[in-house]
Amino acid sequence: MKKLLERIGNVDRRIIFILMALAVIVPLALELTMEMPVGEGPSYDLYEYVEDLPADSRVLMSFDYDPSTKPELQPMARALVTHMMSNDVNIVAMALWPQGATLGQTILSSVSDSLGTEQYQDWVNLGYKTGGQVLIVRLGSSLEAAFPTDLEEVPYGEIPMLSDISTLRDFDLVITLSAGDPGIPAWVMIASDRFGVPVGGGCTAVSAPQFYPYLQEREGERPQMEGLLGGLRGAADYETLIERPGLAAAGMSAQSIAHLVIMVFIVIGNITFFATGRKKRTKGGGR
Amino acid sequence: MTTGILGIWAGALLTLCLYSFLYRDNPFYRFAEHLFVGMSAGYWAVYTIFYVLKPNWWDKLVGAGDADPNMLWIIPGVLALLMLLRVVPKLAVYSRLPLALIVGGGAGLQLVTFFQTNGLKQVENTIIPLTGGGTVGFVNNLILVSGVVCGLVYFFFSKAHKGFTGGMASTGITILMVAFGASFGYTVMARISLLIGQTQFLLFEWLPTIPRVLGL
Amino acid sequence: MRLYVPLAITFIAGMIMILEFFIPHQPFPTLGDGVKDWYTIVASSAIFLGVLNLLRVHLKKIARRRKHWRYSPVTIIGFLSMFITGVAWGVTEETPFYYLFNEMVVPMGATMFSLLAFFVASAAFRAFRASNWRASLLLASAFLVMLGRVPIGDIIWRWIPGAAESSHPYLVSEIAEWIMQVPNMAGQRAILIGAAMGVVATSLRMIFGIERSYLGGGD
Repeated sequence: MKKLLERIGNVDRRIIFILMALAVIVPLALELTMEMPVGEGPSYDLYEYVEDLPADSRVLMSFDYDPSTKPELQPMARALVTHMMSNDVNIVAMALWPQGATLGQTILSSVSDSLGTEQYQDWVNLGYKTGGQVLIVRLGSSLEAAFPTDLEEVPYGEIPMLSDISTLRDFDLVITLSAGDPGIPAWVMIASDRFGVPVGGGCTAVSAPQFYPYLQEREGERPQMEGLLGGLRGAADYETLIERPGLAAAGMSAQSIAHLVIMVFIVIGNITFFATGRKKRTKGGGR
Repeated sequence: MTTGILGIWAGALLTLCLYSFLYRDNPFYRFAEHLFVGMSAGYWAVYTIFYVLKPNWWDKLVGAGDADPNMLWIIPGVLALLMLLRVVPKLAVYSRLPLALIVGGGAGLQLVTFFQTNGLKQVENTIIPLTGGGTVGFVNNLILVSGVVCGLVYFFFSKAHKGFTGGMASTGITILMVAFGASFGYTVMARISLLIGQTQFLLFEWLPTIPRVLGL
Repeated sequence: MRLYVPLAITFIAGMIMILEFFIPHQPFPTLGDGVKDWYTIVASSAIFLGVLNLLRVHLKKIARRRKHWRYSPVTIIGFLSMFITGVAWGVTEETPFYYLFNEMVVPMGATMFSLLAFFVASAAFRAFRASNWRASLLLASAFLVMLGRVPIGDIIWRWIPGAAESSHPYLVSEIAEWIMQVPNMAGQRAILIGAAMGVVATSLRMIFGIERSYLGGGD
């Protein structure tokens, strides 16, 4: 038994890799589905806030991520953009990360084509600028100074939907999809706490726990964040709420099985460690 | 073969090259890794020059469109050039000037924003009534308030963690352990989500093209 | 001079950003906007510096035939492919730049980080040990969150007879959400407040010239 446990404890890591791969591939290949009700929580809060926005509201959407976190944040982006465009909410897009500008453009143009909304009337992509938090503060005094043109080099003054937007305060909501810094903390610090513009967001699951303090509601006061989509589950929640299940919802079965596999690994690892460790101490003796 | 299918195959083959690292380091992985680094750098260079420096600096300096030229914009241009001198060891000392602007501006902004959002506002949100929310509300608010206070005591190393202080610090680290457990759970979720995304690409976008490519 | 001029710039830039926050009257907003606009330009050149450095390193590797030098041309070709297509045809949709980004850079970028899923599994097996009661508490919290944030947690709960009809038919996800909203929020808030004090102290040290490591030494 000891030898077996030792062998299990020293298993080649490539066996673990194979098991992990199977845990993800098999549920996806079999198209396993699981019931996934969305309860009260930060995902529902953000959905509710966006749903309550009147038509022609103006939302600033910042794509603050890159391809490394695309599997988590792109489904969120698609769900949010679909929701807003379906409700006739105007979207002004931008990015604090260079590759976010192009990733955002991919989402905006594909959703716009499917829903029949028009660029420059219903949405515009201002592109990427360097500066992070400093840039966000600059938006508080002049959007045009920070973004003289949009991604396609059309001058700010020639874009119809921007004619009555001059600063950050002219927006009804800021949504940031954030993979790190600059991201949610910068937007909360400047847009929400300094300029009083409501902020909602989506982030990778790695960083979601650290943003929960911003979600607390106190009586009579607006929370620092109106809602938060955390990781692939947040994206799946939003897809479920807008009744357009996509890649995120489809991935939840694989996520479930993979979590169970990781938990089994941890339990087995602890069993082998304590069983072989206890036997080692007994063999050493004399203590 | 359409450009769409060609693109999917390029992405899929490069994905498989990178995944080959799981077996062991190999030339395919190194090729894909180096290609990724180079292409990402090219992307950053294009965006920085043509979509930041040109509209936000050059057009303002020379007066693009109806605007008048503004020679004051020479100063940030000079500072930007000085930054590039960092690659020349003998001239790197001049890059201190633009660095000073970046560091000073960033530090000044962060001082007020971090203090306001992560300091004062968090303290304000911790000052909550313990009563008024029923038993569950009482317990939750008690954990919240005591967790924050005890957590802060744990991080205060100027006083020995003994006696009452030690008890508070011990409570603090216990609450922090629960928080770190939650963070670990979310971290595992994040990593697996990334794998799920790429597996979906390989299974649902690439594999269906194989019969078409093979003419089946 | 080489030391005091940068320190003076740090001080002035820092003080303008602080004073602009508290004093909304001229000239502070104008000075603040100036610092922010110049910051964007200079920060862009910092990015370009990184790119230049990358090319310099790889060109040196090729010239000196260092280890793995044969891969350096791949990096340079990758760089040139994006740079030339971006300059020649722009970055909008249906350009070669956009195509290369979506079909090559995006899959590679996504794959790089997805490798971590395998390593986290291996690390969980080899390193995650419930060696004392606090580590066990961490483990329990992690398990509850991992089960509660995916549908299978509630599915397992509802297999228990009577659970589905109880007052908490989705108990596991409720527990996970409680962990996030209460103990996690408390712990994260303590960290946020502590870190904020650290940032304030470090920022003050930088503005007043006590912290000079960013200048790169030599003085």
